[in-house]
Amino acid sequence: MKMIILKVFLFMMILEPLPADVWNNPHDSEKIATQTLFSAFSMPPKRLDPVVSYNANEWAIIGQIYEPPLQYNYLKRPYALEALTLKEMPALTYYDLEGRLVDENDAHIAFSEYRLRLREDVKYQDHPAFVKDANGTLFYGKLSEEALENIQTLDDFEKQATRHLTASDYAYAIKRMAVRQNHSPILDNMAEYIVGLKAFSQNITKIAEEKKRTKEVLDLRAYNIAGVKVLSDHTLSIRIKGKYPQFIYWLSMYFFSPIPWEADLFYQQKGMKGKNLTWNWSPVGTGAYYLVKNDPSREMVLKANPNFHDERYPSLNEEERNSSNIPRELLSDAGKKLPFIKEVIYTLEKESIPLWNKFLQGYYDASGISSEAFDQAVQISASGTMDLSSEMSQKGIVLKGSVQPSIFYMAFNMEDPVVGGYSESAKKLRQAISIAQNQEEYISIFMNERGIAAQGPIAPGIFGHLDGEKGTDKVVYEWKSGKRVRKSIEVAKRLLAEAGYPEGISMKTGKQLKLHYDATATGPDDRALMDWRRKQFAKLGIQLVIRSTDYNRFQDKVRKAKVQIFSWGWNADYPDPENFLFLLYGGNAVVNTNGAGINSSNYQNPEFDKLFDEIKIMSNSPQRQEKIQKMLTLVREDAPWVWGFHPKSLALTHLWFKNVFPNAMANNTLKYKRIDAKLRVEKQKEWNQPVLLPLVLFVLLLVLSGYFLHKLYLNRQKAVIKQER
Amino acid sequence: MFAYILKRILYAIPILIGVNLITFMLFFMVNTPDDMARAQLGAKQVTPQMIEAWKADKGYDKALFLNKEAKGLEKVTDTLFVQESMKLFSFDFGYSDANRNIGAEIKERMGPSLAIALPTFMIALITNISLALLLVLFRGSALDTSMMIVAVMIMSVSGLFYIIAGQVLFSKMWHWVPISGYEPGWGGIKFIILPILIGVFAGIGSGVRWYRSIFLEQINQDYVRTARAKGLSELKVLFVHVLRNGMLPILTGVVVVIPTLFMGSLIMESFFGIPGLGSYTIDAINSQDFAIVKAMVFLGSVLYIIGLILTDISYTLFDPRVKL
Repeated sequence: MKMIILKVFLFMMILEPLPADVWNNPHDSEKIATQTLFSAFSMPPKRLDPVVSYNANEWAIIGQIYEPPLQYNYLKRPYALEALTLKEMPALTYYDLEGRLVDENDAHIAFSEYRLRLREDVKYQDHPAFVKDANGTLFYGKLSEEALENIQTLDDFEKQATRHLTASDYAYAIKRMAVRQNHSPILDNMAEYIVGLKAFSQNITKIAEEKKRTKEVLDLRAYNIAGVKVLSDHTLSIRIKGKYPQFIYWLSMYFFSPIPWEADLFYQQKGMKGKNLTWNWSPVGTGAYYLVKNDPSREMVLKANPNFHDERYPSLNEEERNSSNIPRELLSDAGKKLPFIKEVIYTLEKESIPLWNKFLQGYYDASGISSEAFDQAVQISASGTMDLSSEMSQKGIVLKGSVQPSIFYMAFNMEDPVVGGYSESAKKLRQAISIAQNQEEYISIFMNERGIAAQGPIAPGIFGHLDGEKGTDKVVYEWKSGKRVRKSIEVAKRLLAEAGYPEGISMKTGKQLKLHYDATATGPDDRALMDWRRKQFAKLGIQLVIRSTDYNRFQDKVRKAKVQIFSWGWNADYPDPENFLFLLYGGNAVVNTNGAGINSSNYQNPEFDKLFDEIKIMSNSPQRQEKIQKMLTLVREDAPWVWGFHPKSLALTHLWFKNVFPNAMANNTLKYKRIDAKLRVEKQKEWNQPVLLPLVLFVLLLVLSGYFLHKLYLNRQKAVIKQER
Repeated sequence: MFAYILKRILYAIPILIGVNLITFMLFFMVNTPDDMARAQLGAKQVTPQMIEAWKADKGYDKALFLNKEAKGLEKVTDTLFVQESMKLFSFDFGYSDANRNIGAEIKERMGPSLAIALPTFMIALITNISLALLLVLFRGSALDTSMMIVAVMIMSVSGLFYIIAGQVLFSKMWHWVPISGYEPGWGGIKFIILPILIGVFAGIGSGVRWYRSIFLEQINQDYVRTARAKGLSELKVLFVHVLRNGMLPILTGVVVVIPTLFMGSLIMESFFGIPGLGSYTIDAINSQDFAIVKAMVFLGSVLYIIGLILTDISYTLFDPRVKL
């Protein structure tokens, strides 16, 4: 027996160092050696219909498939728009009420008109909807239920075809947006601007209802919006009311992606919905990629669109490179044809631990950093700078970080009789609380330093945001020796006393000031955060009562202004200060809009509102900057929000993943990225050699157990026989 | 027996209506149709028009249980509850709030759920019964005592620990299998080995203890002594005679579980990226997709009732004295 054990052990020792194939590879091993990107998604996208989709996880997919007229330059900073399917940026002209052409600074501007001239070489991905017979009618335009019986996916259609993009496809998309039954989230907003859209929407919604009742298809080509005109096959004009410079940013969003009428009619056919062949699940675009597999419960696969038009990797001149702070290696592919990656496989990973471990094994090319993995991935120096841990550095992993165009803040309900209002005492109470909320401590404890303390509503990288002393909130901070320093708690206490609450005791009632904080923090994990929040108020002698509730009730309370203090957040739609400052515009207050407004704190300052109306229609200029600074001074004094923080997004990429440059505004960035597949194969093999020793030990244990159990059984058998006798 | 099954099926109808009623009440107590609309629309600024349009599109503009504006019987029938329940009873699950065909999704996801649940169930059953019989064979010995202590220890640890520990050991440290993922067909075996092993291991503690207690009740019966007196080996006595006579209580617990295997495992599927019905239900709850939640609760209830009927039928197969 001893000899057997010794022999097995020796065998193990020989076996152990032998290089073996990789066993734990979750992907197709052939694809690893090709230009295939392996990525993950944690929440299945619900809608891929560009007219409806408004979530980051949905845009991550449709951003690669659809092409609105404009896009953000991948490399330029500050963010800059450029033509995508257009020949050049839209030409903008202004008209007065009589239809006369006027200057952009004219006081009588009644309409703005955007003229879009499309490229002529843009083609859709191949799709059965485009197939026509010899007579020019749609080949799959009238499918019977029998014909659909054997169809499960678009690949089951024998024929596929393509066609060129035309201006009417963009017009069709706006018409689809107008159909209320399509649930476009921006319809009500756009109806305020696009001439004729509101009336068109009301009319077409009724028609759509009728068509649904009579089970007829709705062909939107037969209807027109007054302000949207197809001037030629490749020219479109969109007329909007008044002057709204931010409209140009909307033209880079996916709501304005082209919709080919053939596909719309194709998907409306009876039986298509039952097979999940709808706009929501089978996009038809002109982008660099097309969706070949859509199984949101497991895997989504994109492939490079063979019909993709000629687009090149961007190049920057030296001056632009320096101003955008672009590393030189990011420009090594400048001028090369896009896309580089030929296939993208997104796998559903709901839990962060498997996702993180697969990234470390090299099976995902990039990863975010979850809070569980933060300490393993990142080390923070005493000065607060972030760097990769030695384990990550040894693997050649690269850390990419950028401040997001977002803000998370704590708001006061300005309608509240205690913390709200515009009296001196109310202002001082809010200012005192703002000083006492140590955001730097919050970022350090709860955010792993992944954020920067906000000085106002506008996020860094957006026009209107200033760094240094000029950008400092002088109500909450002091500028000392070239640094921003939070004012002492003594200053806050003094303000509180001036507000009528010395040491947190109300001079009117003689009782301790008790404030209520509404939150959705109901889990045990939120306890530390709520304790911290209470502590910040306790520094001033104020008692904070936390009112935790579920998200639905919380939203409802905010909409009805039945809150006192609460936390909220905002992600910018486009890089313009208007998209942040409108959160404090009186016209958007929830109390003025029956709960639909975006100004949840109900801040209403006529001076601020007047300035907002002015900056809203101005182009970026020193004058606009000056007015924005005035607005910021007003809101800092009034303190309707404790400014909170702007989150920093961190991402890790492997050395073989090239051309990765964070761009918070653009979603169609896959086409710029590249994989060094050879290096990936090498590293995956190196990092994932199976360890055989435990397997051999386990087998040995089984054999030994079997042997001893057999012996034990024989003894037992004898004992039972004896006992029975 | 046919009359009995028919009676049980008829009994099932009020049970299912009751389950449906409770599901409706609980769900709409937490989520009003307006809340659902807001969650589904996902927009930053949701206007009342958008909410009304969404509700009308999905049928949530109807009264929940009593339509005061309707006349006669329609007061009850022209309600969300009755209309949705009728569809469920005809197994028409409709469309999710994301416009996916729920029936097709359930069919698609049953396979992955079964790929994990069925082997786990079978292997666990065989392993637990074998180990329990082994412990009965060595009853009273040090092996029996120590194995019972180990069983209690296994039972005491959360299943989540086994999942994470298994992933760390077998995939992260030893690189034997992928840490998570799924692939249909034979190529997917490498993905399901680990969840099956963990599922079997996590259930060993309770399973072995339960089966052991069943077999211990049998071991001192007269028929066991007779079998031994006939000269049968101890293994034959246990694995043939004791096992057969211990089958009735085992069936009570086992057969009822079989239909519910289709419903999958919530945590296991989530951690191992298995696109089964367990994760489908969890996702639906998280995204307030009532159409899926009610379909899954209804299906779960139907399967449970089927399980109970199958248990009764199986009694007659193993014990001729039982008549239905």
